[in-house]
Amino acid sequence: MSASKKPPVGRRGFLKGAAGAAALVTTAATSATPAAAQEAQAPRNASAPVATQEKDPAGSVEVLTADRPGSDFMVDVIKALGFEIIFANPGSSFRGLHESVINYGGNKKPEFLTCCHEESSVAMAHGYAKIEGKPACVLAHGTVGLQHASMAIYNAYVDRAPVFMVIGNTLDAATRRPGVEWAHSVQDAASLVRDFTKFDDCPLSLQHFAESSVRAYKIAMTPPTMPVLLVADGDVQETPMGAEKPRIPKMTWAAPPQGDTGAVAETARLLVNAENPAIIADRCARTPAGLQHLIELADVLQCAVINQYGRMNFPSRHPLNQTERAGAVIRGADVILGLEMWDFWGTVNNFKDQLHRTSRPISKDGAKMIAISATDLNTRSNYQDFQRFPDLDISMAADSEATLPALIEACKKLITADRKRVFEERGKKLGEAAKDAHDKMLVDASYAWDASPISTARLAMELYGQIKGKDWSLVSNNPWPQRLWNFDKHYQYIGGAGGAGVGYGSPAAVGAAVANKKYGRLSVNIQNDGDLMYAPGVLWTEAHHKIPLLTVMHNNRAYHQEVMHLQRMANRHQRDITTAEVGTTLKNPNIDYGALARSMGVHGEGPITDPKDLGPAIARAMEIVAKGEPALVDVVTQPR
Amino acid sequence: MTRLILLRTILGTILGAACLFAQNAAPAGNAQNGRKLFENYGCYQCHGREAQGGIGTGPRLGPKPLPYAAIQKYIRQPTGQMPPYTAKVVNDKDLADIYAFLQSVATPPPVKNIPLLNN
Repeated sequence: MSASKKPPVGRRGFLKGAAGAAALVTTAATSATPAAAQEAQAPRNASAPVATQEKDPAGSVEVLTADRPGSDFMVDVIKALGFEIIFANPGSSFRGLHESVINYGGNKKPEFLTCCHEESSVAMAHGYAKIEGKPACVLAHGTVGLQHASMAIYNAYVDRAPVFMVIGNTLDAATRRPGVEWAHSVQDAASLVRDFTKFDDCPLSLQHFAESSVRAYKIAMTPPTMPVLLVADGDVQETPMGAEKPRIPKMTWAAPPQGDTGAVAETARLLVNAENPAIIADRCARTPAGLQHLIELADVLQCAVINQYGRMNFPSRHPLNQTERAGAVIRGADVILGLEMWDFWGTVNNFKDQLHRTSRPISKDGAKMIAISATDLNTRSNYQDFQRFPDLDISMAADSEATLPALIEACKKLITADRKRVFEERGKKLGEAAKDAHDKMLVDASYAWDASPISTARLAMELYGQIKGKDWSLVSNNPWPQRLWNFDKHYQYIGGAGGAGVGYGSPAAVGAAVANKKYGRLSVNIQNDGDLMYAPGVLWTEAHHKIPLLTVMHNNRAYHQEVMHLQRMANRHQRDITTAEVGTTLKNPNIDYGALARSMGVHGEGPITDPKDLGPAIARAMEIVAKGEPALVDVVTQPR
Repeated sequence: MTRLILLRTILGTILGAACLFAQNAAPAGNAQNGRKLFENYGCYQCHGREAQGGIGTGPRLGPKPLPYAAIQKYIRQPTGQMPPYTAKVVNDKDLADIYAFLQSVATPPPVKNIPLLNN
């Protein structure tokens, strides 16, 4: 079989030829006639017969270059939205956009950060958003990339974190390259994650891309903040744009939804008249203002605050912080105000994970329950992250942070001198209780202080001992720091994964560290071993992009939660209870995380098993981080 | 007759006290073996390898554990989240060894003597 002498010209080549031919007969100022530009912008599913579309114009010279691909304009849009970072693993379905980001956009604002897995890309954007309060952009293949990314998108969705996804795909079958591009093409790319994204679109023109991008960004940032996704069609990326640039719409932020005036007034009345009101905050503080508002409300009422750590809601050492006494506070509360609580029902009920599932209320009979939650504005059916339905007396479908100022003012108006005296007395007692609880925590931390494997309390305090005088940010979710460290700034804590999908921790820490870098903050990550093993390539990203991040491994050599679950099953079935580590641990061989880090260009030490060696190792790692580079200390620890 | 009643009362008191003592007193156990069992039977998972307790998983068990009878009763028929450890999976002898381990756990130094806990 002889090869055809006729050059293979598909629709893309034809369109370039048409535009190029037009350019030849026009001035240099307009590289394409309006007609040609219109054709270049024409939808791919135009009704012209296929034979006509693929016909090679006789006598034309194939145009092989383009000065102004559509992807350049996409970069204009991305820049206009203020993105600083693109987290991405490269993929041919967005090769045009990738090249435009680097060469047309100068690889600055946004800068392309090379990730080794799409799940890592999204989790990095998730961590970045937690610090920066706005989304980063993520590029991925519309098929295999999005499949990799899906769990991380789910985490961000459950965690109410904004992420801006742009995925590549080629909708027009006639322009796809044979082979892999077909395997990487999909009719409805976003359908894979539509259950857990807030908005998606598949623009088929640059104007459409511009409008949908601004719309998507606005939707992502309107509470409840969530991931959004746009499909960047391959042809729209690679086809030259016309003479006139499409218009980028003006961004006007939506004011966040506030609670109904009457509901706010009634809530204030209940709180002011209550003897033992309690505020429970989960994903409340979206911004630094949220932290300040909650402090003000607590101070006005002199009431107990329980932090469920979805965000940095409340200072850890504030005298009204009663998190360590959560059970006692809930049992004694006559009014409970829940702010962006993920699980209100599970907070005020006790549920037993035994053979026969039983539950009972732990809150006081007759206690008034009030919820303010933006999640009520965007509840989906399929994925059941919305939890059991709570019995509420007042429910506001609103953003807590936006509602707090009105609630504070409403409370202030109702407080009489008598109530103020009662509040002051209550606050004094709560302060004493908080101090007692803190003293007890210190005693708890002292147990197993010199143990090997090293206790997690010792790990936390060895670390804190060295960072406390610096401008630090804990970019991971660990219980001992929350109990023992002094958190009082919004960026000092980023909350958890949201959907509890393992593999979030290490990339989210990197994303948060990227955001912290420009402020000169010291990012510290207490890293679970099982989580890091999902995508250890994040270490390479840290090294390659010189991201200052101090990682201290909480290496219990197990997926420990699963060890406990397997133990429970064996106990319940009264069978061999010595087998819980089968399939749940990371031993034999033990993983050398220090060596793993070094293999990717990150300073790595360990494994450290003697607690006396830990402090000096952290000090050495901090010297590396101070130079603007990442470092990892592997610590073999107690299970929890 | 009165003497008989008195005698019965005294005997009853002595027997009752003996029973109570038997319930609360721990049987002799091997602490070294108990440490191994504490690991092998998965007690460490929730309570830590030194029985120091874990946040949100299980309370501290040692040193100075609860009375043996209370622990025995609870692990056989827990009323909270703890999975049941019936006699079929942990016999009384093994439990006695585990209890001996809990009694042997060292008391930590006072908080004031640990500089890192005084930040």
